[in-house]
This record gives sequence, structure tokens and C-alpha cells, in this order.
Amino acid sequence: MGEFVFFLLALAWPFLAGSYGTGLITEALIFAIAAMSLDLLMGYSGLVSFGHAAFFGVGAYALALSGMKLGLNPWLGILVAVMTSALAALIIGYFCVRVSGVAFIMLTLAFAQLLYSAAVKWRGITGGSDGIGGFDRPQIAGLSLNDPIYMYFACLLGFVLSLWLLRRIINSQFGHALVGLRENETRMRALGFSTDRLKLCAFVLSGAFAGFAGALYAIYNSFISPDALSFAQSGMFLLMVVLGGVGSLLGPAIGAAIFLLMKQFVSSHTEHWLAIVGIIFVCCVMFFRSGVYGFLKQWLERGART
Amino acid sequence: MLRLENVHAYYGLSHILHGVSLEVGDREIVSLLGRNGAGKTTTLLAIMGFLEPGPGTITYRDRRIGGLAPYRISRMGVGFVPQERGIFGNLTVEENLTVAARRGSNGAWTLKRIYELFPRLRERAAFRGSKLSGGEQQMLSIARALLLNPDLIILDEPSEGLAPLIVQEILDILLNVRAEGVAVLIVEQNLRAALRIADRHYVLSKGKVCFSGTSEQLNADETILKQHLGV
Repeated sequence: MGEFVFFLLALAWPFLAGSYGTGLITEALIFAIAAMSLDLLMGYSGLVSFGHAAFFGVGAYALALSGMKLGLNPWLGILVAVMTSALAALIIGYFCVRVSGVAFIMLTLAFAQLLYSAAVKWRGITGGSDGIGGFDRPQIAGLSLNDPIYMYFACLLGFVLSLWLLRRIINSQFGHALVGLRENETRMRALGFSTDRLKLCAFVLSGAFAGFAGALYAIYNSFISPDALSFAQSGMFLLMVVLGGVGSLLGPAIGAAIFLLMKQFVSSHTEHWLAIVGIIFVCCVMFFRSGVYGFLKQWLERGART
Repeated sequence: MLRLENVHAYYGLSHILHGVSLEVGDREIVSLLGRNGAGKTTTLLAIMGFLEPGPGTITYRDRRIGGLAPYRISRMGVGFVPQERGIFGNLTVEENLTVAARRGSNGAWTLKRIYELFPRLRERAAFRGSKLSGGEQQMLSIARALLLNPDLIILDEPSEGLAPLIVQEILDILLNVRAEGVAVLIVEQNLRAALRIADRHYVLSKGKVCFSGTSEQLNADETILKQHLGV
């Protein structure tokens, strides 16, 4: 019910809000997909990745480069981006799933930093820290994503599709196995699961969705720079997930929206916006353990009882 | 079906198993008894591949399984019910049952049959694993292992901490399981429970087998009962 109202609001949004509001929510939808992809790893499988920007960035660069260097249709570019990110996740994940805990966090971070420095140094391909800009946005039957309203709806469609797919994954036997992995890895091995393989599958799926978000991000901005691969970007994804509520899928999506709105609002008042966001984040973690989504849910349930 | 010959095992530098030999035949219920620290759980962990194998051989259906990863041993048809039960608290009872279910060699155990054998689990199907009582968790853990359609099921102290009536129920279920053609290896502290269901017994002491025989032989051996089982 709540989600239906939300969806109607989302459909009407570009006509209610101005172009500024539309752009803001477009961006929020893109980051929501990335945050949800991280939640699959963090919230369900119990694998905290500190390098999730790697797959987001790889997707974004893959889209830009497939258009600029290979002359690929940008629609096809999205597909290439998803597959490239999944491939990157397969290679990086192959090494990362062998370790756990802090070592896993550090290794994911290290791989992301590796890709970041590659993007900065490999000027001939990536344009270095200047990035790549001015590539084609996709269009279909005369409707071009250059129009912010179509861009918005494309991202809304991407978001709904991702949410639906991720939910299907989580409610499948495979999804239950991921929860089992988080709760008791030893037990999963005794039940006949190769837990490394299971983790790798989760890693690749998560990377593919992050790559999809990265591709949309590149299209939205018509520009991509190494920032998308940076350590700070990985940290922001983690913030979004924790802020919204780990392991709830919709929570991290809401977290992404709140984070971006906070950033827009606070940064228009002070350049020290990160400090303010940091304080808010600390309060959130201290007082809303299960994130904004968990808090809202509890509050609504309590309201329903009384 | 399962055979251990002179198996040694270590936790780091401490030598826990000093050459354990035992055997479980087809359709047999075998108990492994002994005081705390005798090496019972260690023996099970060695069988399941959770410990680095020391000297000695472990064979299952005439294949050496020492050194294989636990998931491979499980997939060969061994169901393991550990002491801590390992219920996934965030999954429902039914999700706990189906998460690892597989057809095994004959696919005899299905969710429907499990619910017939454990009516209580059917009633609780939509409950979260964390909401179950200890006895229900134990049943769920056994039921989940049965849905792997194993040829051998290994249980580590299934009666621990449970009310006598529930223990009774679980023992009846194990007899039922054996009647279906599954072999059972059970570690027990509860001698009466072991005597009631097992065909043969092994008593471990300080990492060695100090007795093996039938229930009559065990009942007649005063020294073993006194010294190693504290009866």
C-alpha cells in the first residue's frame, strides 16, 4: 500500500517538481540502485565491501568508452557496462572471497584504489583526472534521454526493475542461502554449500547492479571522472546503506535519497557540509540502529497496534 | 559405510585423537559415548572435514574422504546435525528446511514427508527460526539434515538440554529414519538414550576407543560404565 502511493508520487514527481527537483530525484534513483546492490552483499550475505565504487565506476567508464571508442549504441552500452562490471566483480571477488572480516574489507578497498589510480594514470583511455565527457545519450523512437523528464523515467524504470530483480533474488533459495551464509558459514558448509562459490555469486550479482547504476550515472551526467571510483564514493555507498537500514533493500534506497537531499541542502548553506552530514550520521547510528527504514517501520507498526 | 582407521587429530599443537577406529554399517545406529573432553565432537569434526586430517584414514562408501572440504563430504550423502543446531534465526522454519534441500541418491525425503514426521514444524512453518523452542530447533536441525537426503546422518548430542518427552520424540524419529534405510552415528552423554536406540556403541576416553560392543555387552561391563560413563 505504502509502496503503491510512493510509486504514484514517483510517477507524478517530474510534473510537480521543477527541473531542479526532477534532477535531484533522478540522481537519488541512480544511487539507490547502487546502494541496494551493496545491501545484497552487506545486509544479506554479511560481506562488507569497502570498494563498491569500483563496480559503479567500471560500469560508468564502460558505458562512456563503449560509446566513444567503439561507437556502440548507448543502449547496448548499458548492457556492456553491466557485463564489464560483473566481470570485474568476478575477478576481484575471486581473490576477496578467500578472506573474511577485516581482510575482506581491506582487500575490496585495495582493488578499488587500484582501479582508481588506473583511471587517473591511464590518460590515453580514461582522460585521466579530466575524465570523459560529451558522449551520446541513448534515445528510442525519437525520445531522447537528453530530455530530463525522459531521463527521470528511464532511471525510475531502472530502479523499479532493479528492486524487483533484487527482491526475487533475495526471496529465492539462493537468497536464503546468502542469509544462511551471514548467520552461520560453518553450518552452510556442513549443509553442502561451497561457501566461497556462494560468496562469489553474490559478489558478481552485486557488482552487476552497481555497474548498471554506474552506467545510468554516466548517462545522466554525460560525464565521468575517476571520482566515481574513489574511496570517498565507496564510503558514501556504505553511508547510504547504514543510514537507510542494512538488510532491508528499500532502506538503503531511502538512505541514498536522504543522503543526496542532505548533501544538496547542507552544501547550499556551508562548504563544510560533510562535517554536518557526519554528525547526522553519527546520531543516526546511535539512535536508529536499524536505520531510517527500520525506525519508520517500527513506528508505523506501533501506530497500527494502538 | 563409514570407517575410521587409526585416526589422529590435532587442535593446533594439542593432540586430541590418538588413533580412533570405528565403523558404521548400512542401516545401523551406532553411538559414540564418553565423558566431556574424550574426543567425541572432535571425531565428528574430523569426519566432516572441519579439521585438518592427521595420520589415519577415513573412508565413506569405500572412498577416502580425509582432507576433503566439508561441503564435498556433505554432498556425498552425509547429513550433519551439530551440537549448536545452527538454525538460521532470520529465515522461517520452511526456509530453513528448503535452503539446502537436495534430492540425494533417491530423493525419498520431501518437505511433505518431513511435515508428516514433524507435525510441529508444519504448525511453525511461517515462524522465524529464532522463535522456536530448544526442542523445536533440534527437530528443525534434524529435519533439515534429512532433506539433504543423506545415506548417513551424524548427530552431536541431540538430546542435550531437552525435556525427557522431547528426547523420547527425537529418539523415535531416529528409529523411524533408520527404518527408512539411513545409517545413524550419534554422540551422546545420555547413556539411557544411547542404549535405547543404538545397535552398537563405542566409548571414547582420552582420544582412544576403550570399548566397542553391543548394548548387552556395554550393560554388562561394570568397569566401563563406572570409569568412563560415570554410571
